Amino acid sequence: MTVVYFAWVREQVGSGREEFPLPDDVTTLDGLLDWLTHKSPGHKQALSDRNGLRFAVNLDYADPQSPISDKDEIAIFPPVTGG
Amino acid sequence: MVTVRVQTAPFDQANEIDALLDSQKGGGGLVTFQGLVRMKNGPVSIRSLTLEIYPGMTERVVSRFAHEAKERFHLDACLVIHRYGRLLPGEPIVLVATHAPHRQAAFESACYIMDHLKTRAPFWKYEETDRGGRWIEQNSADIDAVRSWHA
Repeated sequence: MTVVYFAWVREQVGSGREEFPLPDDVTTLDGLLDWLTHKSPGHKQALSDRNGLRFAVNLDYADPQSPISDKDEIAIFPPVTGG
Repeated sequence: MVTVRVQTAPFDQANEIDALLDSQKGGGGLVTFQGLVRMKNGPVSIRSLTLEIYPGMTERVVSRFAHEAKERFHLDACLVIHRYGRLLPGEPIVLVATHAPHRQAAFESACYIMDHLKTRAPFWKYEETDRGGRWIEQNSADIDAVRSWHA
């Protein structure tokens, strides 16, 4: 699977894009966030306040309860500020 | 006709509007809005504004609500051009143009599109100032504005 990060989430994680096999026992976006939290101190810091983050699965906004698969591209980012 | 472009290059408002009007023979009303990088944020001078996008998703989301606006307000045409990358104070960031048979729809749809650009489109702004840099946070008034369209 692919996970992409933007803005300060990208800076804190230290990477804009990571690819790895879907971890065992992970079936939802929430489960992936739990798993990512243990990946590095940067991941832990970036993901510490989930209510302050937004998520997408395959280019569509998604809730943390969304099911995910190994083929998905997951995006994790702060609330957007366009216009 | 719905046109959406997300680009680093500057745009020429006059050329863009001429092209839109050339494709519209029915008359009615045209509203344009152009957003520019601020010179100051309160007392702090801004040196630059850098916009980050999510290639693929940004265009997809903007295109979706531009089409929603066209349906909802019965527009003849709408145009959204949004820049990203590093921009300097005074530079244009965004151009929205809406063409409708009546002015009310043209005005309201331009607001609808801007409210959605502020709160739904994947753009993130990083501001460099005399006092350092920071990621701009979402404005709660913008969130209230977009909710009011879906109440």
